[in-house]
Amino acid sequence: MNEFFSESLLFGFTLSVAAYAVGVAVQQKFKKAFLSPLIIAMFLIILFLKVFKIDYETYDYGAKYITYFIQPATVCLAIPLYKQFEVLKKNPATVVVSVLAGCIAHLMIMLGSFYWLQLDETIIRSLLSKSVTLAFALPITEELGGIGAITIVGLTIAGILGAVVGPGLLKVFKITDPVAQGLGIGAASHGVGCGRLVELGEVYAAMGTVAVSVAGILTVGIVNIAVMWM
Amino acid sequence: MKYLFQTGVIFAVTLIGEILSQIIPLPIPGSIYGLVLLFLLLLTGILKLKYVEGAGNFFLAILPFLFISNCVSLMDSMSLLGENVIAIVILTIVSTLVVMVVTGGVAQLFINGKQRKAAKAAERGGKTNE
Repeated sequence: MNEFFSESLLFGFTLSVAAYAVGVAVQQKFKKAFLSPLIIAMFLIILFLKVFKIDYETYDYGAKYITYFIQPATVCLAIPLYKQFEVLKKNPATVVVSVLAGCIAHLMIMLGSFYWLQLDETIIRSLLSKSVTLAFALPITEELGGIGAITIVGLTIAGILGAVVGPGLLKVFKITDPVAQGLGIGAASHGVGCGRLVELGEVYAAMGTVAVSVAGILTVGIVNIAVMWM
Repeated sequence: MKYLFQTGVIFAVTLIGEILSQIIPLPIPGSIYGLVLLFLLLLTGILKLKYVEGAGNFFLAILPFLFISNCVSLMDSMSLLGENVIAIVILTIVSTLVVMVVTGGVAQLFINGKQRKAAKAAERGGKTNE
């Protein structure tokens, strides 16, 4: 199997698109934000590769061309940020101060577990970016010398957790305003959290999207300061 | 043809971001420079939205899909997680909940403050009317 497929650029690409299509279909059927097509596709592909005893390199020979497009696609995040700029301009202090507070709290927990719980430095470096969108998180982890796989695990848990328990948990703390809920879930649970916010309403979703961009940019700055202390 | 042109613009901005990240000695990924640059170009009106929007929306729609190979690479690095998996999971859960409550809480304080101010102003307004 490996010999034939390792010659074919189209194998990894086709398998990826097919698996992702199944993921999209499953999400559309059950309409649950945490059923991310990406995660479903990931499990399907890993299963396929294991069953047919194909190694990751063989798959990635074709699939790596998909990865190349991450950079320009990330740059395109400027477009929704530009469109949402009116929302940001209306409440600049609320957005920036609250998201900054969240990012700093995140950093404190990470540095705290590094110093007091003696957690492995590589793990901490890999998790520093785990609240922000994958397009920001993976390059940050690479720059910091962490392990991308750990970042993806953290990111997935953060996203699903925010989407599932977010609105309920915030209510317990008397955080009920749509602006505040949107910012909180966006800052903690990136795009997956925003998927849930879209179900709740337009203000929630707009604030969530703004929080994702602002948290991404602030996190890039903050982790650079953080690693100076590690 | 329009999409080809738009893709070219996006790639050019991405390339400049890459170059900036090579020149500036900070651990900031090139795509972030590119994003900020594109945002500034749009904001200042140097670049009109219509020159990037169509292809840009396509890239945004497929953005999660582009990470597929990174995610599948988990199959080889599972052993790295190994004994640390519990620590990673607990740390992730705790930090996610804290970030959510802190960000939401600070925003709620701001909003409560604004509402109180608005209520006071309304009260004063009411009194002068009497």
